[in-house]
Amino acid sequence: MTGYVFEMVQGVLALLLAPGLAGFVRWVKARLQNRRGAPPWQPYFELRKLFGKEVIVSSNASWLFRFAPYVIFASAIAVTLLVPLIAAPLPFDGMGDLLMVVYLLLLGTFFLALAGLDVGTAFGGMGASREMTVAAIAEPTIALAIFGLALGAGSTNLGRIVTQTLANPAVAVSPGRLLAFAALFIVTLAETGRLPVDNPATHLELTMIHEAMILEYSGRYLALIEWGAWLKLTIFFTLLANLFVPWGVATTFDPAALALAVASLIVKLAVLGVIIAVVETRVAKLRLFRVPELLGVSFVLALLAVTSSFLLK
Amino acid sequence: MMTVLFLVMIAAYGFGACVALLGGAGLDRARLVAAGAATGAGAGLALGAVVIASGQPFALLIPELLPIAGGLALRLDPLGAFFLIVIGAGAIPAAIYGAGYSKAYEDGHASLRLLGVMFNLFLLAMSLVTLADNVFTFLLMWEGMSLTSYFLVITESSEDSTLRSGNWYAAMTHAGLALLLAAFVLLMNGGTGAFSDLRAGAVTLSPEVRNLIFVLALFGFGSKAGIVPLHVWLPRAHPAAPSHVSALMSGVMIKLGVYGLLRVALDLLGGGPTWWGALVLGLGAVSALFGVLYALMEHDLKRLLAYHSVENIGIIFIGLGAGLIFHSSGLMTLAVLGFIGGLYHTINHASFKGLLFLGAGSVLHATGTRNMEEMGGLIKRMPWTALFFLIGSAAISALPPLNGFASEWLVFQSLLGGLALPMPEIALAIPIAVGMLALTSGLAAACFVKAFGISFLALPRSREAEHAHESPLSMRVGMAILALACVALGLAPFAVVPMLGGVLAGLGGLPDTRPVFTLDLSVQAPAGFAQISPAWIGVGLFVLLALVPLVMRLARANRKLRVGDTWGCGRIGQTARMEYTATSFAEPLRRVFAELYRPAKELTIDFHPESKYFVQSIEYKSEIMPLFERVLYDPLLRLVRRVSRQVRRVQAGSVHLYLMYIAVILILLLVAARWF
Repeated sequence: MTGYVFEMVQGVLALLLAPGLAGFVRWVKARLQNRRGAPPWQPYFELRKLFGKEVIVSSNASWLFRFAPYVIFASAIAVTLLVPLIAAPLPFDGMGDLLMVVYLLLLGTFFLALAGLDVGTAFGGMGASREMTVAAIAEPTIALAIFGLALGAGSTNLGRIVTQTLANPAVAVSPGRLLAFAALFIVTLAETGRLPVDNPATHLELTMIHEAMILEYSGRYLALIEWGAWLKLTIFFTLLANLFVPWGVATTFDPAALALAVASLIVKLAVLGVIIAVVETRVAKLRLFRVPELLGVSFVLALLAVTSSFLLK
Repeated sequence: MMTVLFLVMIAAYGFGACVALLGGAGLDRARLVAAGAATGAGAGLALGAVVIASGQPFALLIPELLPIAGGLALRLDPLGAFFLIVIGAGAIPAAIYGAGYSKAYEDGHASLRLLGVMFNLFLLAMSLVTLADNVFTFLLMWEGMSLTSYFLVITESSEDSTLRSGNWYAAMTHAGLALLLAAFVLLMNGGTGAFSDLRAGAVTLSPEVRNLIFVLALFGFGSKAGIVPLHVWLPRAHPAAPSHVSALMSGVMIKLGVYGLLRVALDLLGGGPTWWGALVLGLGAVSALFGVLYALMEHDLKRLLAYHSVENIGIIFIGLGAGLIFHSSGLMTLAVLGFIGGLYHTINHASFKGLLFLGAGSVLHATGTRNMEEMGGLIKRMPWTALFFLIGSAAISALPPLNGFASEWLVFQSLLGGLALPMPEIALAIPIAVGMLALTSGLAAACFVKAFGISFLALPRSREAEHAHESPLSMRVGMAILALACVALGLAPFAVVPMLGGVLAGLGGLPDTRPVFTLDLSVQAPAGFAQISPAWIGVGLFVLLALVPLVMRLARANRKLRVGDTWGCGRIGQTARMEYTATSFAEPLRRVFAELYRPAKELTIDFHPESKYFVQSIEYKSEIMPLFERVLYDPLLRLVRRVSRQVRRVQAGSVHLYLMYIAVILILLLVAARWF
């Protein structure tokens, strides 16, 4: 019973943290660019505004367009129940492993791309096509990074990876882990639609991917999709933070340990947020057809990660 | 009990064939044919289930029938029973669907009589392949299956392209048969040809002969399964056949190639050196990737699905290859995991590919076209077909909680176990296979966003699509059964995996792993490697999908909804010509993989004579290079043509010349008889 309660608490925590994280990245980016920027809590106001507005649906759209936001949001929440945000192993750890996490997120992407095609505009199709291209090419890197993590831990289940690394800290600084971290970091940029792959702050038709797909969404549907995207960012950051640097994650459901875990999670997310903001300020957007090269680099890194962990085993 | 089921199966298929052949004008022939086929398939499925549940094989020997080759020997062990279940599971919905679908042939542009006879005989031959217990029976039924399916492919024989597709199919399947004949002759080693004798005799064969048998069997069965580079007949034959036949050929028949390979390599030969598995794994990975890459560029809905069959056969072969590798290294639990992954994907592919072909058939039925660029907006006109096609698309894209995910997860897990292998060269090749498998599944998702999105969503792109209508009830029922199977197989790996462990127990010395894989509601890879529970994930997603709107309502979110025009950058009146097309959807990937596709593009612009700023017409043509046809088959066909031209000189069409041949041969024979 405590397990279920705990899972609910963790889900709510993720839901509450996600907009703040997105706002924080925006805010740091603005400061780095010498702008004042909106406060980090701006996304919470955006959500309230969007949930209060009526929805306008295109007359071309079918039921799928109205169903997709729920799938995107629900699959993102389901993933937050599997990812060790503050404690490991989670009560639901045996229900899904890293592969399940990746494919649940792909489920959301799949429906988002279909929704982009559903309204019948050139923008929607363009976004869907680009999104699926990037997602497909990122997939091998993700699989190999998982492989690299699983090698050290002997399992693809997230709880096991965290506890194994905690028990054996030397693994965390092994070359395999570091390479896998680099690979997964590049993939995080691609999967969450950050620069240099996609620019979350623009609606320029030549470059946009994610924004092109959701152009026709409004009101509560847009709120769900945006929130889902922020959750996805939080999930990828948590994976980077807690799988590679698991210290701080509670291994018992002791209140003090949990409080420490929440604090350490916020610190880790903030550090990653600053890193992303710096990267986004420093690099220019890549042409779409240069993205496969970037992902190719990440694939090679992941392959090296697996090879080196195998050779050093 | 088993005998009764067996006899019912034979009788029902026979009834279906006879009704088709003899039925008069007063009967509803399509329905009776379907009833026969569905009953036969149901009895076959039940027979398979009884054999697997009881673990008792069913055997029947009729030595009087063609005694020269050991008679007709039938024996159904759990492995055969599993494939009999796959046949039944694919054939029941296909038969029901066919009752409605073949109504379109009543106008006489194809022979319903031939279709009905061949459909039932095809199912019978396939079922008996899984039962065959000696070489003679096996090859007889194998050839029967190939011939009947050839006639099914050329059902719409009034079109030239159909006949050409049929030729490709006949040539490829008989090339495969030739290899199989050679393999079985070597395997028989002068013996009787009963499978039990082969099993005993295989140990005494020299390693070279065993290797030769394996390679012959791999490519012989591979030509039926459709592995690269023997896949060229699939994208030709599957689209040409009636859709419920495509569903059977793609969902079920090509799986018998998998069955044959397992039977020969694992059961009869009892496994072999590591390179056998590595070869299967490599062929599988290459097939998976090339299959999906060519599917992406395909805009004929049924050809696209046919290329995806190449992909999925590749995934199955990856599982089998991993299994064979572990088997040769003595890592038996991991070996079982690999084989289970392959077999699980076999039945999963049968269900979702069958479903997708039936869906494509409904679209073809409603719009008269297979070209995706002329579809669109069908989700509003054919809501049921669209829903079923969506389920199939999500399943084949390996999205949880549907069945494609469950089996791909198992294949992934068996590959992860590859690092336990003592040979570094193999262990280091495995990450490459993981990468290829992951890329394949990502590209498959992209391809099915294209297939579903362009065909079913947005505005209709042609008049035919605009006036499309939902399919009749029988067709919808056929699709519904398979859609339910996709969901059920996805949620229930906890039941399927131990069952498959039981199927594999004893083959080639594999242990009974049912205790290892039996767990409540979740599935665990061995030695605590990993664990998932798709059933709970499915429940969780369902609960969340219900909970989110409920919470939104409690939190007083705005519930108003207004329908308006799509935003058109200020332009009023959106038309289907503004939509993204399948070609444009696939364009980024075409450029990313340009090295492989070698796209050729031809653009002809017709300007207005007065000014270059006014365009009268634009013609755009683009095609990709079919690599295997160009590199492998074109030279081969040229060679065949050249040889045939030489042979033609001998066959001049003159009776006098032929009489002379006969005389010369006669004299030669007489001389030979005198001498020897």
